[in-house]
Amino acid sequence: MIEAHNLTKTFKDKKRGQIIAADNLTFTCCPGQIYGLLGANGAGKTTTLRMLATLLKPTSGSCAVAGHDAASASAQVRANVGFLAASTALYGRLTSREMITYFGRLNGMADVAIAARIKVLADELDMHEFLDRRCEKFSTGMKQKTSIARTLIHDPAVMIFDEPTLGLDVMTARAIVRFVRNCKARGKTVIYSTHVMSEVEKLCDVIGIIHAGRLVAEGTLAELQTRFGESDLEEIFVKAVGGEAALAAALNL
Amino acid sequence: MNWSNIITIFLKELRDSLRDRRTVISMIVVPTLVMPVIMFGMIFVMTKIVKQARSEAVSIIVLGGEDSPGVVAAINADQRFRIVTPKGDFKQLVSDKKVRLAVEIPEGFEAALTAGDAKTVTLYHYEGEMKSGMGVTAVERFFRDLRDRTVETRLSARGLPVDLTKPFEVKRQNVAPPEKVGGNLFGGLVPYIIIIICFTGAMYPAIDLTAGEKERGTMETLLCSPVSRVNIVLGKFLMVVTASVETIILTLLSTGVSLLVGGSFFAGSKSMASAQAATEAAAPVFIPMIDPLGIFGVFAMIAPVAVLFAAVLLAVSLFAKSYKEAQSYVSPLIIIVIIPAMMGLLPGIDLSAKTALIPLLNLTLVCKEMLSGIWNWHYIALIFGSTSLYAGIALALCVKMFNREDVIFRA
Repeated sequence: MIEAHNLTKTFKDKKRGQIIAADNLTFTCCPGQIYGLLGANGAGKTTTLRMLATLLKPTSGSCAVAGHDAASASAQVRANVGFLAASTALYGRLTSREMITYFGRLNGMADVAIAARIKVLADELDMHEFLDRRCEKFSTGMKQKTSIARTLIHDPAVMIFDEPTLGLDVMTARAIVRFVRNCKARGKTVIYSTHVMSEVEKLCDVIGIIHAGRLVAEGTLAELQTRFGESDLEEIFVKAVGGEAALAAALNL
Repeated sequence: MNWSNIITIFLKELRDSLRDRRTVISMIVVPTLVMPVIMFGMIFVMTKIVKQARSEAVSIIVLGGEDSPGVVAAINADQRFRIVTPKGDFKQLVSDKKVRLAVEIPEGFEAALTAGDAKTVTLYHYEGEMKSGMGVTAVERFFRDLRDRTVETRLSARGLPVDLTKPFEVKRQNVAPPEKVGGNLFGGLVPYIIIIICFTGAMYPAIDLTAGEKERGTMETLLCSPVSRVNIVLGKFLMVVTASVETIILTLLSTGVSLLVGGSFFAGSKSMASAQAATEAAAPVFIPMIDPLGIFGVFAMIAPVAVLFAAVLLAVSLFAKSYKEAQSYVSPLIIIVIIPAMMGLLPGIDLSAKTALIPLLNLTLVCKEMLSGIWNWHYIALIFGSTSLYAGIALALCVKMFNREDVIFRA
């Protein structure tokens, strides 16, 4: 379960002054559900997810993840979260097994339990062939599989995905989408940020459209279609953010 | 503080670093090879150059001397010298290193010697040039011998004793034990070198573990784990300190081995012995030593400095976005480190309550004393305490930096 209440984050920028990256965000994500955070580049998706994963502290507001308050029990929150982002890379000089083992240990697991869990994950993700090779020489697919195994080693209740398919080839992106669906099937709470409309349509139970740090629309795909009178998600998105002009302004086009 | 997490991070960083070519070069290859290469290489090259310079006859231009054929003939007969006929301006020829020096024999020199008049022989040389310098010394010795012989001839002609002009001799005798002499000679140099090695040994791991991680995108992955940032910093810090200390140990070991091997190798070398004998001008051979206890003292005192360096380097490199940026921040720090360490080498700067509080300078000064066998416990305690305090502050700053979002996620 993820519960965000009036989550706000501001940054100070030398050139642009104060920037509100997340503005009073309130949303809930339940177990067995995929919450899609849809937004353009710079809309505040990464900041929001980083606050949920306790990597950033909110300026105001609060959030609870898996029943733990992010501000007062950040370590417990992280222990219950699997965070996968385009920016969470692998240690190139470690092998896949060493990488996963390292994160197992950091999560307080015993070596025997880690070894058993790696076997299960390697079976599931078909990783045995490259498990003992160094990550630096991996293909994108191998890297993604290792990253997934790294996020799952401690079997977290909550999965946070920040644009996980960014820059990936079609096959690897499809594998990721399959994996996210799998997480939902296992009853995990999933939050998924992207700017790819098709992924949201395929995956998400609830869609939150974020623009300039604010949650401008929220609901199931059907609800959003009814509200905006459009069937195409892209059109819904453009309407929700206030038209193409507003979108272009936000993107500095 | 969770030691299990700190050790997990430390062991991973150790394994990771040992697989990084850049870190391995700075941690293992450089400290193992640099001192032997410098010592053997320099001694070998210098011995060869000096030997070659000595074996060559000194090329000389003789100016004047037409009315002093005896002196010119004596120079010509001396195998150490080779008279060259000047082609062009003699000053230019000396400056261009075509000849080593020019000797101007004044008009009527030999006649003046017989008559008892004083004349001046001028040697034109290239100041600071090794071969010209050696030539000037040899020619000077030639004329000094000639002067001494002339004095002897004049004295005996008057029926006076030869030692009339030398009523007494002055003799030097060293009373300081070899350890003290060694401590004084190398006392400043040893901590100076160790400080630089300690810093450079910590430099690459510190950059790799912070800015390197940020650049490769693994920092965010690590921060996603439940481990607290204090433990992450301490794990990384432990690795940097280990690298720093390991670099010093390897350097000292390789230096010690080179001294032992090189010492016995060069002791048997005739060229070295002759070169040394010539420079020491027949003085008894005196080998300076270093008090071994002093070396342990230096080690103990360098420990808080290694901690200080590791913490400062981690904090500074963490601020950088990339490896390159970190290098540009860290490289100028070497100068900041070298200046106080060098000041300790200057004569007249001694250990006092004030200098004992200046980091690095205090280390150089106290090490100089310890290596000479002087153990001033009050200052040792003050220096160890103050450096530990600085190191603690630097470590606290490092932890603070790790907790700053704008530093960790600086884009």
